[in-house]
Amino acid sequence: MSKKDLGLLILILVVGAVVAIINPRFLLPINLANTSNLIGLFGILSIGQAFVIITGGIELSVGSVVALLGTLFIDFIAVRGLGWPIALPLILVLGGIIGLVHGWLITRLKLQPFVVTLCGLLIYRGVARFYTADGTAGFGFGQNFPELEFLTAGRSWGVPNSFIALIVIAIVMWVVLHRSVFGRYLYAIGKNEEAAKYSGIRTGRVVMAAYVICGVLTALSAIYFAMYTRSISPASHGQFYELYAIAAAVLGGFSLRGGEGSLVGVILGTVLLQELQNLVNLLGIPSSLNFAVMGGVILIGVLVDQQWGVFRARRLMLDASRKGAVAAE
Amino acid sequence: MNYSDTSIAATTPFLGLENVRKSYPGVVALDGFSMEVRPGEVIGLVGENGAGKSTLMKILGGVTRPDSGIITVDGVAHDGLSVEGSLGSGIAFVHQELNLFENLDVAANIFFGREPLRGGPLRLVDRARLREMVAPLLKRVGANFSADTPVADLSLAQQQMVEIAKALSIKARLVILDEPTSSLPIAETDKLLDVIKALKADGISVIFISHRLHEVERVADRVVVLRDGMLAGTLPKSAINHDQMVKLMIGRMLKEREKASEAARAPGATALSAKAVRTPAYPARPVDLDVRRGEILGLAGLVGSGRTELARVFFGIDSTLGGALELDGKPLVLGSAADAVAHGIFLVPEDRKLTGILLDLSIAQNISLPDLPAHAKRQLVSAKAETVTAEKQKKDLGIKAPSVQTRTGTLSGGNQQKVVLGKWLAMNPRVMILDEPTRGIDIGAKAEIYGLMRALADAGVAVLMISSDMEEVIGVSDRIAVMHEGQISGILDKEQFSQENVLLLAVGKKPN
Ligand SMILES: Nc1ncnc2c1ncn2[C@@H]1O[C@H](COP(=O)(O)OP(=O)(O)OP(=O)(O)O)[C@@H](O)[C@H]1O
Ligand SMILES: [Mg+2]
Repeated sequence: MSKKDLGLLILILVVGAVVAIINPRFLLPINLANTSNLIGLFGILSIGQAFVIITGGIELSVGSVVALLGTLFIDFIAVRGLGWPIALPLILVLGGIIGLVHGWLITRLKLQPFVVTLCGLLIYRGVARFYTADGTAGFGFGQNFPELEFLTAGRSWGVPNSFIALIVIAIVMWVVLHRSVFGRYLYAIGKNEEAAKYSGIRTGRVVMAAYVICGVLTALSAIYFAMYTRSISPASHGQFYELYAIAAAVLGGFSLRGGEGSLVGVILGTVLLQELQNLVNLLGIPSSLNFAVMGGVILIGVLVDQQWGVFRARRLMLDASRKGAVAAE
Repeated sequence: MNYSDTSIAATTPFLGLENVRKSYPGVVALDGFSMEVRPGEVIGLVGENGAGKSTLMKILGGVTRPDSGIITVDGVAHDGLSVEGSLGSGIAFVHQELNLFENLDVAANIFFGREPLRGGPLRLVDRARLREMVAPLLKRVGANFSADTPVADLSLAQQQMVEIAKALSIKARLVILDEPTSSLPIAETDKLLDVIKALKADGISVIFISHRLHEVERVADRVVVLRDGMLAGTLPKSAINHDQMVKLMIGRMLKEREKASEAARAPGATALSAKAVRTPAYPARPVDLDVRRGEILGLAGLVGSGRTELARVFFGIDSTLGGALELDGKPLVLGSAADAVAHGIFLVPEDRKLTGILLDLSIAQNISLPDLPAHAKRQLVSAKAETVTAEKQKKDLGIKAPSVQTRTGTLSGGNQQKVVLGKWLAMNPRVMILDEPTRGIDIGAKAEIYGLMRALADAGVAVLMISSDMEEVIGVSDRIAVMHEGQISGILDKEQFSQENVLLLAVGKKPN
C-alpha cells in the first residue's frame, strides 16, 4: 500500500468516525451492509474504468451500458425465458464486444477516446429506451431466481455477496495490474505510448484489451445493478455512473493523463464516495446537495494530494543535501 | 583556425562560482566546484557522462538551487540564482534536451512570451515586426529555413539552431551551450563554431559543453574539466589537447582505440535487404540497400536525407510505400515494431527522450520491457529476473546510477542512452540499427560502444549505424552507404573511405 493509499484510508476512517459520532446509526449492521453492497456495485464499475484511465483513455459510456445491458438481462431472463446461466455470460460477452468496438475505433481508426465513448453514451442510452419503448423493464410478479438472487443480492455471514464479489475481482485485477506483463504494458503505454511502441509492445492490442476489460466489468456490474433495483427505467438507470467511476479513480490517485494509479486506490476512492453518499443521508444534508458534496471532496482530495507531492519532493531534496553535507565532512 | 589570444587575464570575471555543491537522492552531482567566467571568453566544459555538467548549467540558469556555495555575478554574491535573475544578468541557455513548442512556428518560439505587440487593447502580435526581428537571428545561426516554418517540420539539427537563435535573442552576455553539436552533422557543426567565434568577437562569453573533444579544441580559450562533480583541472589555451582533456576526464590515459581489426573480413551473407523500398519521407525515391551479417554498415548523409525514415521502415514503425524487404533472403513483412523485434531487428532511435526510453520507469523496467515475457513466470513479472538482466547491462555498459531501480529520468543524458542500448543488448539481435548511437556519450563510453558494435558484428549480427559524426562513420564502419535526398547516392568500401568522399556523396556528387 502506497503512502497515498494510506492517506486515503485514514481519511475514510476519520470521516467514518465523525459520522458515527454525530449519528450512531452509521454503524448499524443494516447501514453497513447497504453501504458495502453499493461499494461492491460501484467498485466493480470503477475497476473497469481504472483500466482504461491507466492507458490515458476514458470511458464515458459506462452509465448507458449499465442501462442497456441491465435492460437486456432482465428482458432475457424475465420475458424471453432464457436461463440465467446462459444470459449472464451472454451479457458479459456483449459488454466485451462493446469494449472491443470502442478499443478498435480508438486504436485503429485513431479516434479520441472521449469522442468515441461520448457517442457510446448517447447511442446505448437511446437504444435502451427504444428497446423497451421507453417503458420499464422489470420482473413479473412472483418471478424468482433463487441462485442468481443469492449470488447478486444475497449475503454470506452478513456480508453482501456483491461486496465479496468485488473483493475477489479486486484481488485478481490487482495481480493483473501490478504484477502481470499486461499490467506493466498498460503502465508503459500510459506513460509514453510512443516509447512503448518503440520497445516492441503491440500498443494497439493492449489498449483494446483495456477497453474489453472495462466492457466486461461494466456488464457484470450492470447485472448486479439490475438485480439490486429489480426494475429498470432505461431513461434514468445508471445515469452519471461513468462520473462515479471516474471520480473514484481520480480520488484513488489516477492521473487522467495515464500511467499512474493503483488498484487499492480506486477501491478506496469508491469507498470514500459511498461513505460520502451515506453521510449526506445520515446527517440530514439535503440530498439535492449530494453532488456538490462529492465534487467538493474530490477537489479538496486532489488539491491535498498535489500539495503533498510538492512538499515531499522538497523534503526529499533537503534530506539528500543534508546527508550529502554530512558525508562530505 | 586562429582565435586571437587576447589577454583576458586582465579583465575581471563576470561570473564566479565558489565551492558549489548540489546533491540529489543517492548522488552528489556537484561537490565543491569553483570556476569563473571572464567577458569574451570561450570556456570548454568537458567531463564524463554524469560528471555534473548539466547540473552546473541548471544552477547557472536558475533552474535548480545549489545546496551550498556562492555564485558571484558582477561582483555581487548570491547563494543561488532564480530564472529571472539569471536571464536578467544576461545568461542565456541552450539546453541539452530541446525545449520548443512543436505546434508553433520558428518566430513564435524564439520570441515566446516576448512578442512585439501592435498597440491597442487586443494586444495583437505584430507579425511583420516579429519576422523582422527574427530574420537577423536566423541568419546569424546560418539557418536554411524560414521564420514561419512550424517547429514540428524541422529536423533535430534545425531545432537546435532555433534554440541557439532563441538564446541570442535576449541580450546575452554569457551563452551556455549544453552539447549543442551532439545532433549536428559536420557542416552545421562548422557553422555553429563560427557562431561561437562571432559571439566572442562581440565580447560575449560562451560556455561550450561537448563530448566532441576536437570541437572543444578548436574553439575554447580555456578548458574546465569536471570529474565526479569536482574540478579535475583547468587547461589554458596553450595546453588544450585531446589527450590532456581525456586524462583529466577519466583520471588516466585512454588506451589508443585498437584499430578495428584491419584484416579484410569476408563479407557475410546479406541479412537485411531493401529492394526498391520507398519511404514516406521521399515517396518517389526507391532505396536499395543490403546490410550484411558481420559488418558494420555506416549510413551517412546530411540531416533530412531520409536516413531516420529508412530506419523507421526497417523497424516496422512506418510501412513501405512500395518495394520489398528481405531478411536472410526471405520476404519480410513488418506490420509494427513488435514484428521487427520478433524477427530480431532492433532500433536505437535518434530521439531518446521521446522514443528511446520511458523516463518514469526504472532502469530495470526499461531494459526488460521489450522482452518482458522472458522476465515473467506464467505472465507474472519477476522483479528478480529484471534486476539480474539490468545489473548485467549496468555493469557491461558502465551505466552510472545509484541502482538499477533508479528512475531513468534522473540519469544524465549519456547514461540514458546506455539504457536504450542495454535493453536491446540484453536480447539476441540479428539486425541492430543504431540512429546516432553515441549522441551525448562521453569518450570512454563511446569507445565501449564501438567495441560493443564490433563484438555484435563479430558474432554475426548485421549492424547498421546512422551517424552524422564523420570521424565515427569513417572510424567504425566496414562499408559506408551515403544518402542524398532520399536515395543511396553511393556505397564506399574501406579503401575509398575519406571525409571528402562521404561529403561529396552526401551532396549528390560523384566520389573521387
Ligand atoms: N533531477 C535529478 N534527480 C536525481 N539525480 C539527478 C537529477 N539530475 C541529475 N542527477 C544526477 O546527477 C549527476 C550529474 O548529472 P548531469 O546531468 O549534470 O551530468 P552531465 O555531466 O551533464 O552528463 P552527460 O554528459 O551525460 O549529459 C548524475 O549522476 C545524475 O544521475
Ligand atoms: Mg548533460
